[in-house]
Amino acid sequence: MGLESEIPVLTTTVEKMVQWARRSSIWPVTFGLACCAIEMMAMSCSRYDIARFGAEVFRGSPRQSDLMIVAGRLSRKMAPALRRIYDQMPEPKWVISMGACASIGGVFDNYALVQGVDQVVPVDVFVPGCPPRPESLIYGIVQLQRKIAQQKLA
Amino acid sequence: MAVIRPFIIGFATTLKHLFRKPITINYPDQKFPMFPKFRGKQVLMRDENGLEKCVACGLCSVACPADAIYLEAAENDGTVQAGPRYASVYQIHKMRCIFCGYCEEACPVGAIFMGKDYELAVYSKDDFVWDKTDLLVPATISPPPAIRAGRAG
Repeated sequence: MGLESEIPVLTTTVEKMVQWARRSSIWPVTFGLACCAIEMMAMSCSRYDIARFGAEVFRGSPRQSDLMIVAGRLSRKMAPALRRIYDQMPEPKWVISMGACASIGGVFDNYALVQGVDQVVPVDVFVPGCPPRPESLIYGIVQLQRKIAQQKLA
Repeated sequence: MAVIRPFIIGFATTLKHLFRKPITINYPDQKFPMFPKFRGKQVLMRDENGLEKCVACGLCSVACPADAIYLEAAENDGTVQAGPRYASVYQIHKMRCIFCGYCEEACPVGAIFMGKDYELAVYSKDDFVWDKTDLLVPATISPPPAIRAGRAG
């Protein structure tokens, strides 16, 4: 920690390398809630091929993943489970809210659904659409990569 | 032979796929052309004089199943639009919107159309609303001189 104030060159270089490593291997956790998950699967298949961004490994365990794509409407019963999975993910972690329902409730303005997952977890990128095209989601991931590239190390 | 045969079939399939053209679209660099019926971000149209087409009747707002459209009507003096009424505020909530195209169907004057833009991701909740500056197509021709004078005065 003492080195950072004395030799700034070293820390900036390490920072750049860490940012590069983080943004080029965003492993998402398998978390499909509704029809948006179909587009999410299409995004990981060969036509749109999210492996080009190093994000193809959909992990079954939250302990091994960096990104949570909330794909679909979040019901109030599911909200504690979502929060628990988010808490189990190791830092650093990011959340993409995919689609109208996850972002703000969409057409379902009723008692059963959480009106926006940002009430439960902090969201980094919102992707509009119902459901978004796979390209839209890839664009969201590229935006997230841009965000990670600007994040400073603590 | 009965044991080897499935292997031969399997490896033949693999070999065949080795020489096929890849079907991956290299998305951010190479974009897939949208289908004619694809519904993306809405656009508000202008007429042949470069004036807004919207007459602020509010039918799009009524037809919207997600209640994503909000508009306020105002009296027009001929500078913004040809008719007597225009929309002083026209907002579409990009997250509530489900891109169903009912607004386009409901519009009696053909002012709103579903565009082809799908790159819409945002970082924060502050960017959730499209207003008129985001939705209106840029004026290709400038309004007639009389109207421009009226706008300046």
